[in-house]
Amino acid sequence: MSTTVRRRLVPYFLMGPGLIWLLLFFVVPMYFMGRLSLESGTLETGFRFTWEFSNFTDSLERFDNQFGRSFLYAGVATLIALAIAYPLAYAIAFRGGRWKNALLLIVVAPFFTTYLIRTIAWTTILSDSGFVVETLRTVALLDEDGRLLATPTAVIAGITYNFLPFMVLPIYASLERIDERLIEAAKDLYSSSRQAFTRVTLPLSAPGIVAGTLLTFIPAAGDFINAFYLGSINQQMIGNRIQSLYLNERDFPTAAALSFTLMAAILLIVFIYIRFAGSEALMGDEEEAK
Amino acid sequence: MSRAWSWLRHHAIVIYAGLAVAYMLIPIAVIAVFSFNDPAGKFNYSWEGFTLDYWTGAFDIPELNDAMLNSLQLAALSTLIATALGTLIAIALVRHEFFGRTPANFLIVIPMATPEVVIGAALLSMFLIYGVPLGFTTLLIAHVMFSISFVVVVVRSRLIGFDRSLEEAARDLGANPFQTFRLVTLPLLMPGVIGAALLAFALSIDDFVISVFNSGDTVTFPLFIFGASQRAIPVQIYSVATILFAVVVAAMVFTIWQQRRAERMAAIAPEREGDPYATTAAMPPAPGAAGG
Repeated sequence: MSTTVRRRLVPYFLMGPGLIWLLLFFVVPMYFMGRLSLESGTLETGFRFTWEFSNFTDSLERFDNQFGRSFLYAGVATLIALAIAYPLAYAIAFRGGRWKNALLLIVVAPFFTTYLIRTIAWTTILSDSGFVVETLRTVALLDEDGRLLATPTAVIAGITYNFLPFMVLPIYASLERIDERLIEAAKDLYSSSRQAFTRVTLPLSAPGIVAGTLLTFIPAAGDFINAFYLGSINQQMIGNRIQSLYLNERDFPTAAALSFTLMAAILLIVFIYIRFAGSEALMGDEEEAK
Repeated sequence: MSRAWSWLRHHAIVIYAGLAVAYMLIPIAVIAVFSFNDPAGKFNYSWEGFTLDYWTGAFDIPELNDAMLNSLQLAALSTLIATALGTLIAIALVRHEFFGRTPANFLIVIPMATPEVVIGAALLSMFLIYGVPLGFTTLLIAHVMFSISFVVVVVRSRLIGFDRSLEEAARDLGANPFQTFRLVTLPLLMPGVIGAALLAFALSIDDFVISVFNSGDTVTFPLFIFGASQRAIPVQIYSVATILFAVVVAAMVFTIWQQRRAERMAAIAPEREGDPYATTAAMPPAPGAAGG
């Protein structure tokens, strides 16, 4: 084998093992989940592949509530996270000074405790006998026997909290990259602070907003931990159903069909979102390049 | 009055950010504080009294210890494999031009954009159809799978800012490609690789969703918490979580310190291309060097 051919093969040898792992244990399983979603039968009689497309329509009809909730909760949580994260990222990027790194460390600090435990910590915080509920009852924001646990508020608050770092970090990264001379130039040209923000800073940070909202929305729509700990049966999301159908009821075809529908729905939303918001974000990039 | 108002306006965003930071830290503080609680019932919900029992007895639940041990073994092994595979992919992507780059990139990004519940369900579907017994091996397969992409992203960002002239110098001085890689490339790449390994370790030890689908009878730390929390919430969970938090913070601070040191060493290296003044500015003015 000549040296040039060997050189050309080097990248394939380097990537080979890792990409094969991803193919075998990510792509191939998707195929099998697709096959499982078209099987029919029960656990007792065994499952057979029969192109059972009704699994999709039936499961969608049965669990339309859970689907609706998943996307509603994930959407609301993403918006709240954006409202919390943007000012925070802005303050770290432009006012952080020498505390920047320490503040970033605090932003990722929730990741240093186990996901389940920080969600369970919220059950302690929001519990009926806890400080928060008692205060809210005293100031009459909650009824005498009103509660926070087992409400959509608690589930959305938990989701917002758990995925907040995913929103802060990309927005911070895009704000940090902004050349502050551009903002100064805008002010030299007699723009007000507000105009400088809406015409310069905000468009330039749009890629960070798009990345952050996607990184928050996608895992939030598939989440079931927050609904499990902070919600009740009335706050169940589609992830709860998938988990329970696979592991408890062992109705694999329905569970697989639900998983596939979830993934397709998320991909569709992401695609529309990128077409809609992404073009603006990309234009911000182009303007920067010019 | 108006001065107070303008002060408030000027500092509004900092105050808002302070509140956001507090929001992010509250649950962590609750975990630490309630690990000293002496709860009356089975659930650690309201403050009853101070005790050190659950710290001195942090490792008194044998099942919890076994689960922790499983998690540590699993995380160590999957980190080792994922870091090796991911680093090689990153090197190929940054250093080589080849046919099929776009699909390779796609294959790396898409697992990170897939909800965990779908990844877990898909793997379980495959294992079910082939009748693969679930346990430590299937967990290892899953954990390596979801860690690889993150390793690639971290190592790649380190590789992009890499000074290639150092490798050329090594070659010029007679090192063969393997020696160059071992003695020059790898040491310079190390902060990125360590960062990636830490991330992979953290992802693995924290993973619940993908694990719950593919664990069989094997119990990891998050799976133990899930199982236990259906009946009661032992206080030890909070003590162990606090210990874990302290260890991770220590590891983070250590890597940041190491990276700073590496950067300081890099600042002594010859100037970077494109910005000839960067290094001279970073170095303290040496007497007699003014003529250069």
